[in-house]
Amino acid sequence: MIKTLAKSIREYKKDSIITPVLIAGEVVMECLLPFVMAKLIDGMEEGGMPFILKYGALLIALAMLSLMFGALAGITAATASCGFAKNLRKDLYYKVQDYAFADIDKFSTSSLVTRLTTDVANVQNAYQMIIRGAIRTPLMLIFSITMSLMINVKMSLIFLGILPVLAAALFGVFFVVHPIFKRIFKKYDALNNSVQENVAGIRVVKSFVREDYEKEKFGHASEEVRKDFTMAEKIIALNNPAMMICVYAAMFLVNFLGARMIVNSGATELTTGELSSLMNYGVQILTAMMIFSMMFVMCALASESASRICEVIEHDPSLPLKENGLTEVKDGSIVFENVSFKYSERSKRDALSNINLTIKSGSTVGIIGGTGSSKSSLIQLIPRLYDATAGKVLVGGVDVRDYDVHALRDAVSVVLQKNVLFAGTVSENLRWGNKEASDEELVRVSKLAQADEFVSTFADGYEYRIEQGGTNVSGGQKQRLCIARALLKKPRIIILDDSTSAVDTKTDALIRKALKTEIPDTTKIIIAQRLASVEDADVILVMDKGTIVEQGTHDELMSLGGIYREIYDSQTKAKEAS
Amino acid sequence: MAPGPKGRMRGKVPMPGAIKKGTMGRFMKYLFSKYGKSIVVVIVGIVMSALASMAAQMFTQKLIDECIIPGIDNGFDSIKSKLFSLLLAMGIIYILGVIASFTYTRIMATVTQGTLKHLRDDMFNKMETLPIKYFDTHAHGDIMSTYTNDVDAVRQLIGQSLPTVFQSVLTVITMTFMMIFYSIWLSLVVFAFIIIMSKSIKKFGAASAKYMMGQQRALAVEEGYIEEMLKGQKVVKVFNHEEESKKRFEELNDELFNHSVKANKYGNILMPILHNIGNIMYVVLAIAGGMLIAFDATNISLRGTEPITAGIIITFLGMSRMLSQTVGQASMQVNMIAMGLAGVSRVFELTDQEPEKDEGYVTLVNAVKDDKGEIKEADHITGLWAWKHPHSADGTVTYTELKGDVVMENVDFGYTDEKLVLKNISLYAKPGEKIAFVGATGAGKTTITNLINRFYDIPDGKIRYDGININKIKKNELRKSLGVVLQDVNLFTGTVMDNIRYGRLDATDEECIEAAKLANADDFITRLPDGYDTMLTGNGASLSQGQRQLISIARAAVANPPVMILDEATSSIDTRTEAIVAAGMDNLMDGRTVFVIAHRLSTVRNSKAIMVLDHGEIIERGSHDELIEKKGTYYQLYTGAFELE
Repeated sequence: MIKTLAKSIREYKKDSIITPVLIAGEVVMECLLPFVMAKLIDGMEEGGMPFILKYGALLIALAMLSLMFGALAGITAATASCGFAKNLRKDLYYKVQDYAFADIDKFSTSSLVTRLTTDVANVQNAYQMIIRGAIRTPLMLIFSITMSLMINVKMSLIFLGILPVLAAALFGVFFVVHPIFKRIFKKYDALNNSVQENVAGIRVVKSFVREDYEKEKFGHASEEVRKDFTMAEKIIALNNPAMMICVYAAMFLVNFLGARMIVNSGATELTTGELSSLMNYGVQILTAMMIFSMMFVMCALASESASRICEVIEHDPSLPLKENGLTEVKDGSIVFENVSFKYSERSKRDALSNINLTIKSGSTVGIIGGTGSSKSSLIQLIPRLYDATAGKVLVGGVDVRDYDVHALRDAVSVVLQKNVLFAGTVSENLRWGNKEASDEELVRVSKLAQADEFVSTFADGYEYRIEQGGTNVSGGQKQRLCIARALLKKPRIIILDDSTSAVDTKTDALIRKALKTEIPDTTKIIIAQRLASVEDADVILVMDKGTIVEQGTHDELMSLGGIYREIYDSQTKAKEAS
Repeated sequence: MAPGPKGRMRGKVPMPGAIKKGTMGRFMKYLFSKYGKSIVVVIVGIVMSALASMAAQMFTQKLIDECIIPGIDNGFDSIKSKLFSLLLAMGIIYILGVIASFTYTRIMATVTQGTLKHLRDDMFNKMETLPIKYFDTHAHGDIMSTYTNDVDAVRQLIGQSLPTVFQSVLTVITMTFMMIFYSIWLSLVVFAFIIIMSKSIKKFGAASAKYMMGQQRALAVEEGYIEEMLKGQKVVKVFNHEEESKKRFEELNDELFNHSVKANKYGNILMPILHNIGNIMYVVLAIAGGMLIAFDATNISLRGTEPITAGIIITFLGMSRMLSQTVGQASMQVNMIAMGLAGVSRVFELTDQEPEKDEGYVTLVNAVKDDKGEIKEADHITGLWAWKHPHSADGTVTYTELKGDVVMENVDFGYTDEKLVLKNISLYAKPGEKIAFVGATGAGKTTITNLINRFYDIPDGKIRYDGININKIKKNELRKSLGVVLQDVNLFTGTVMDNIRYGRLDATDEECIEAAKLANADDFITRLPDGYDTMLTGNGASLSQGQRQLISIARAAVANPPVMILDEATSSIDTRTEAIVAAGMDNLMDGRTVFVIAHRLSTVRNSKAIMVLDHGEIIERGSHDELIEKKGTYYQLYTGAFELE
């Protein structure tokens, strides 16, 4: 895991290494300062002004050095940790761009977003703390222990005795609390999840008059969270008194035994100045221990984030890419040979089983079938959004796996069922299809998709700004813009996956007519709920439970008297009656 | 303290917000009103533990001055009793300090988490009462962020920043008195340095805060981008848009880096600066002290005047060190407090929202018909419902049978003042009738249903339900009598059964299954891994859109209301299934009023009346046959759909 993460340090390696060095310098100064200060105090009475000035100057020099080291370390640490985080985000983002549909499905969008944001932030904080503290804390610990040993071995034993007690207390608290926290986080997320569901589903809540029910439900959940967090925080709160007990016990013992030692030995074994210094070093030792335990806790928390990040980085995209694949798609013919497909190895049921199909270039294919009949699964194999589990799919006479995947997808344009527009102007969105497209070109495809008519009613026309998620255009307008965007690619094959469901029937018909007359050589595949959308297709496929159950022209299927006929009757019943 | 608990759900990163004036005072009042007594105990605890730790710092010097130095000259026995009494006193103070610390940290845990719970509950309870308009005008990510990011910031504020700052202030005040008590001259030196320190804090703190804001803003922008792009990742793949997506990402990522490096730098630098100002102060004090001794200056202090001694200076040096450390500690809390208060501001902003107004007083009651056919209120479920209408004028109560008769007269409505969405809409729906709305998106179809269930209110008297002005009907009672199935399905975390039962909480399993069968959902539900007990999470992410619609229809069916509103309820269901569902629904809706909004004309064909809406106006109305005969827009739409036959 560390190896994977370390790869993202890159150009910030220098800062990452310099930081601990500078910190070490700062620590040395910080340790020398009290040492010189003690000398100053001890000699103050006898030395007089010259002595004070000499040591004062030395102290100021040390302080300036300490300031310099500290400030520089602060800067390099900031650069290193922010840079590391930047690279991590970049590596994650780049990796996700390489992911195939199956990989995106596996991780889910929201989980990927969290990994790129919250998890990276956690790792960044931990990283900064590590490069700043990994040297400082042990150094402080070693130095303080050495100094107190140099002053008086016997007295130092007190600190060395208390140190493990404190460590045991601090780590004990952590190991008790950590699993509890892990458990509560789940409850906490569930709580926030219920908020989200209420925000999103407020119309449902209000329609069913479930406000009080939801309040009660939320009250219970938030009480659960409160109880558990309070318990866990109470245990964590033990850290503070534990630290105090240890410090006070050390002080008490050192004061008592120290006083006796000084007095009994006539200030030979130990002096009063040394006693003061011992106290300071003692507090430093225990404080270092406390900081050490805090670092440990932060790292433990961050390690979960780190492993989630590594999962993404180490995951190999599931579509093996062909090196030097074909870049030319000859025509829009499509062949399915004994194709079977399932979404994941764990799926029990095939989404598609044993599909055989030949589609001529330039023809129009309609696909119809019930919810869950795998219509979308079928077409997603054509631009190789997923790979077939068995059998093969050929486009332009060539196995899709032999193409350069970008070339294939440029030639096979899909308007996805769950489609999105991005924040930006209409023309920016359309140019996703082709960066270099001219304005005339934009208008042309928009006309084909029957989008020009409403775009031109916008005050800014094609420069109209679309909000994130396309919230300021209607569902039908969004679909038409998505079709225009796909057409701009000038594809060999265009696939409309239920892309006109929110478009009225008249416009729907106009779009189909335009496609037929304006791009006759392009293969058109139309998935639809409305029979009218596919009736005039050259071939209509009727799908059910992952197989093609009926296939033929409208007339053929009508005379077959199967599912197609049934759908037709259900949709036109009233019309015949009228 | 250990890093605090943070959940995985964050909501949108908040844009850095202004802290509303008076937030701190109001928050304090809030805290005290909930946990006044506990907070007093906590304050006492902090005072005690701070005093104990100050006493501990001084103790060694006292021991040396009063015990050890005389002891060196006179032997251990001479100071034995003094030593033991001193140690005993210190031991007691230590123990009290530990007890105080133990007590207040534990109470603090209760106060912190309790306050968070109160805040969350207040927010949620208020949120549930807010009008739909609030949700239509606020980004959901922002609302979520108040529950997650802002509440987290408040936790930091209560649990960490406030106690630390309080303790620091206490220490500074005590130390100031102590120092004046020891020497006024040296105190002046310390004050001068304190001013320098606060100037540095102000300067670097302000810079740090500025860059923090910048960082927060850049973070919000970048996270927004990440979210948008990853949500549309499949579209990115389909359009080979990976490189462009990376390019823009990299710009934003560099931008964030630039801001966060600056913010972190200033944050990191402040501590060494303060620390070393403290060191320099120490030296200056030593030099000043030495000079005072050298020139035999008279020390002026609260104790009076006396010659200055090395002992005084040494004690003073110890105190000055403690003081500068305290200031340093407190300075680390500046950003936390700003973020915490911004969080509190946003929480209050939510709880200050005006709840949905409801001046209705007509309620829905169980009813029976007596021999004369008059309606009386019943105290048990009778299957017959009536509107109970008290008349304040003469104190009488009338009962009207609940039938589902809806009338709209000349309704105008706009979400904003500038633009009317509905113009002069009139309609009459009799019980048992199916009324359909067709028209392009944005024509105002959904708005009509928003008015019927009073998600949005219009002036009196324009909409009547069973002859009663709906503004007089209590919103809850009104909505109970209306079943709504929306195009965008929202399911809740829980089993399939729970989700169906959401329609009527006291429905039995059998009734839920019955409703599912009616909605034609039973078939696929029973094929789910755990059937009706299958857990649904993430808004039923494991189901297809059509399956989710079927569940939402079952949910409405189990509620069994007299009026049903189906807003594109079957848009994602294939037509074959839809026909089956429709048949089931027709059975269910027998004798009830149904409003149907649909794109598919096949869905609305058997309606009693079809309203064709265009830009907020009803341009045609009539039955399917009448409209076909009329050869108007409906006819065009209808034939347009089949023109390719």
